[in-house]
Parts: sequence; structure tokens; C-alpha cells
Amino acid sequence: MSCAETFQAYALRSFGFGERALPKTGISLCEQVVLIGSGVAWNLYFAVLAVFFGFFFATALAVARNSADPWLRKPAEMFVFVFRGSPLFIQFFFAYEAFVLLPRVGFDIPLGFATVTATTSWLTKAWLGALIVLFLNTSAYSAEIFYGALRSVPKGDLEAAEAFGMSGFSRFRRIIWPTLLRLAWPSYTNEAIFLFHATTLVFFSGFPAWRQEGDALYYASYFAEKTFNPFVPYPIVAIYFIIATVAIIALFGAINGRLNRHLAPEARSRVVYRPELKR
Amino acid sequence: MFEMCADPKVLAGLDWFACYLTTPKHFQFYFSFLVVLTLIFITAPIVLALGFLGAFARRAAFAPLRLVGHAYTSMVRGVPDIVFFLFVPIALDQALEYVRHRVLCPEVTEPVYRGNDFVVCAAAKLPLSSAPQWIHEVYGFVLAIIAFSVVFGAFAANTIDGALSAVPRAQLETARAYGMTERQTFRRIHLPQMWVYALPGLSNLWMILIKATPLLFLLGITDIVYWARELGGSKTSFFEYPHPDWRVWYFLALLAFYLLLTWLSEKGFAWLNVRVRRGQATIGAEVAGVGR
Repeated sequence: MSCAETFQAYALRSFGFGERALPKTGISLCEQVVLIGSGVAWNLYFAVLAVFFGFFFATALAVARNSADPWLRKPAEMFVFVFRGSPLFIQFFFAYEAFVLLPRVGFDIPLGFATVTATTSWLTKAWLGALIVLFLNTSAYSAEIFYGALRSVPKGDLEAAEAFGMSGFSRFRRIIWPTLLRLAWPSYTNEAIFLFHATTLVFFSGFPAWRQEGDALYYASYFAEKTFNPFVPYPIVAIYFIIATVAIIALFGAINGRLNRHLAPEARSRVVYRPELKR
Repeated sequence: MFEMCADPKVLAGLDWFACYLTTPKHFQFYFSFLVVLTLIFITAPIVLALGFLGAFARRAAFAPLRLVGHAYTSMVRGVPDIVFFLFVPIALDQALEYVRHRVLCPEVTEPVYRGNDFVVCAAAKLPLSSAPQWIHEVYGFVLAIIAFSVVFGAFAANTIDGALSAVPRAQLETARAYGMTERQTFRRIHLPQMWVYALPGLSNLWMILIKATPLLFLLGITDIVYWARELGGSKTSFFEYPHPDWRVWYFLALLAFYLLLTWLSEKGFAWLNVRVRRGQATIGAEVAGVGR
């Protein structure tokens, strides 16, 4: 097979399109690059959706943690403690085994133009089950970051807001939240990167790779097993991840610039990528 | 374990559980918790040592060494640690076997990488196929320790390098002005003050190390994850202690174990933080001095 043919056969293999069988003998460099690259799509899928939904839940959790009402504060503290204090790997296993035990029932969700039947068996599939775990996990870590930033919002800002007659939600939305985001953003960038890196755990932790549709590391370990040569597939994964990490830093850096646009240039915070891995 | 356990079929209730939880397999499960703690306590000092080496390399006057230090500390930035955990043991194993093959079997002229195979002569195998089972297990464990140390050493080097730079210059200049040599300045002034700045990063690293230990399972070591899956899987009446799928409870136990471990560590580091701040001119030290 030429490299162009390989690309046609395997570029979308991780989502079930193209050639059914994975390459078994005479594995070429091109096949490894294409198939591992197709697996990166799963890493991006998990990271983008988990970070997007996690962002809103984390904001709510941070506000709840800061609440004076113990009925709000205690559950938020407990949630953050459980998800930050235990390994993601074990969380995956636990969630998978719990989802497997659920009774198999279906729910009809009317969408207006069509009806989708949601079944609990979807939870045992990686695309939903693992996504939920990643979403809860990143929510806990981000909530801790947002909570820290919330505590550092200058008191003067709040007093000024009150002097202008703002209170409650409008004070939160117009004063606290923008400052919170600005303060939290450099750390939040780190969290997004490490969540992206953590998505490589999904297919090694209980959730089966259905029809061998897995992520980048799943295919890399497949190749390492088949060729007995780890020195090709793992560096390929590494290169893909370095490129993606640089892209994440650029994207979050641009958002950081926007969050800081009202400040004098020397007062702006910069997104400095500190490798404080958290899991 | 207990005498009543001779015939599990007649047991019920608490007795059944007492016997069930004391089967030899369960003791192997409990023993694997010790394996996890062993890994943490062996790896931590190596990580700290590698961290210092990496940090010194980054600050070295000799340019090539500085380059090595920077390469080592930045390699973990863009690449997931799991990739290293999968890569380092197998790469190390192959490198060792390759070298042994070249040294011990010079008469074999065929290449080691043959198509989809990696073939070394029998004498070069690590460990030798004639070696007892426990040697194979220890060898796997040592490779795992090396993989963990390499990855976390790079993180520690970042932290320590930052902490060494954070010590106020005036402190070091004062030491020099008192006539201390470079060595004395480092040992008496630079190193003791560095800990205050390094501790938050290192405590974070310790937590990560704890939370990375279940990844031992990926390296094929019979660790707590392995036993949780093995023991929790549903057992038919063919087994002595039949039960349905209990894996979720076993993983709940592991979750509780890790929560306890990280909770205890948090307490320990809070105490240590007060300890290293004692006698230092920082806000933390003054707060600690009030006796909170």
C-alpha cells in the first residue's frame, strides 16, 4: 500500500471508518503515523468536551465552596476532596464497574424532529462513560483553581461594585467572574494540558476499545506489541502530543490576552506553562 | 486462617466474610498494598536525588551539561507521563538485552530486529529464562521504579531549580561577605532556605507519585489493581467462596485507601511546612510562630 492509500484506509479508523483490520505484518512507518494520528482524535474529543463542560461545573463548585451555607459548601468540598485525592486510573475502573452493574434500561429523549433512545449501556462505552469521569475529574481540579482565584479577588473591587448598586448575580457576572478568570487562567491552562495528557489513560482502564477503535496511545502500544520495537510508535505519540500541547498553550494564551486586555501591558499575567502535573 | 473455615459451604453471615477475607489470595491482595508503599518509599528519595542532579545540571557553568539538564526537565512537559511509563521499561529491557547479546554472543551475526521480532540469544535474556519466578517479578518491579524515578525526577528538577532561584540574592551575598566559601554558602544558607520554596511543589509531586502508583498495573505487575480485578470478578459455585461481580466494591476499597493516603500526606506536609519555615523571615514563619 502506498502512503496515500494507507491514509485513506486508516485516517478515520479510530471512529470506525475505512479498513476494518489493523495492519499486522510488514508494518510501515506511514501506517504507524496515520493510525496513531487517527487515535489523537479521541484524545481531542475527550479533552475538548470534558474541559468545556467542566468549566461551567467548576465555576459552580468554586462558588459553592465559597458559600457561607454549609449545605452548599460541604458537598462541594467533599466532591473536590474525593476527585483530587484519588487516582484518575482508579476512578475510571470504579466508574466502569459501577456502570456495568446498572440495570439495562432505555430512555426516550424527544428532540422534536426525532426521538433518540438513550440506554444505560452507553455508560459502559468509553465515549460516554470515560467522558463523564474525565468531566467530573477536571471539574474538581478546576474548582480548586477557581476557588483559589475567587479568594484573591480584590475586596476593593467588590466594594466598588456595591457602591454602584450591584449585588447578587450581576455583581458576580460583571465583577467577580472576569477577575476570577483572569487570575485563574495561567493555572487553568496547566489543568487543560494535563487533562489532555490524562485522556491517554482511558483505553487502559477498564473501558474496552470497541472494535479496536482507540486513542493514540492505544494504537502506539498495539504497534509496540506487534513490532517489538518501542522506539518508533512512542516517539510518534510524543510528537503528536507536543504539537497539541503547543496548540493548547497558544489558544489559552490568546484567551489570556483577551482577559487581560484592560490592563497596562506590564501588569498583565502571562501564561507560563509550569509542568505541575496533577492527577 | 480460622478453624471454622475448613468447610466454607456451611458458613453464613459474618463468619463467611471473616473466612472469605482471610483466604491466601486475599493475603496476596493485602501484601500488594505493601508493594505500593514500597514503590513510593523507594522512588521518593531517588526522585529527590535526580531532581537535585537535574537542577544542578540546568545551573551548571558547563554549557553541554546545561543543555542536558534543560532537555531532561523539558521532556516531561509536552508528553503524557503514561507514554514514559509504557516506553521506559520496555526500551530499557531491550537496550540491556541488546548490549548483553553483543557482548555474550558475538558469534551470532544475524540482526537482532528481524521483521516483527526482537531476537537475542538465550544467554542474553534478562532475566534468564531459567531464573525463578521471583527474579522475574523483582526485575519488573525495578524497571517500574526506574520509569517512575526518571519521570518524576524531571518534575522534581523543575521544582528544585525554581526554589534555588527563589532564595533572595541578598542572603547569598551576605554569606559571601561573611567569608563563607561557595560550598559553605550552599550548605548553610542556600539549601536550608530553599526548602521553603520547594516544599509546595514537592508536596504536590508526592501526591502525584501516590496517585500514579496504580499505573504499575500497566507494567504487568501484580499490584492492587490486578488483585481487585482478580478477586472481585464473579465466582461461580465452582469456587470455594462463590459471589457475584464484586469488582466495584474492591475498587471502592482502593479509592478509600488512596483517599486515606493523600489525606494523611496532606496533614504530614502541613506539619513539615511549619517546620521548615521556623526561624525564617517570611510571613508563613511569623504566622507559625504565633502557635497556630
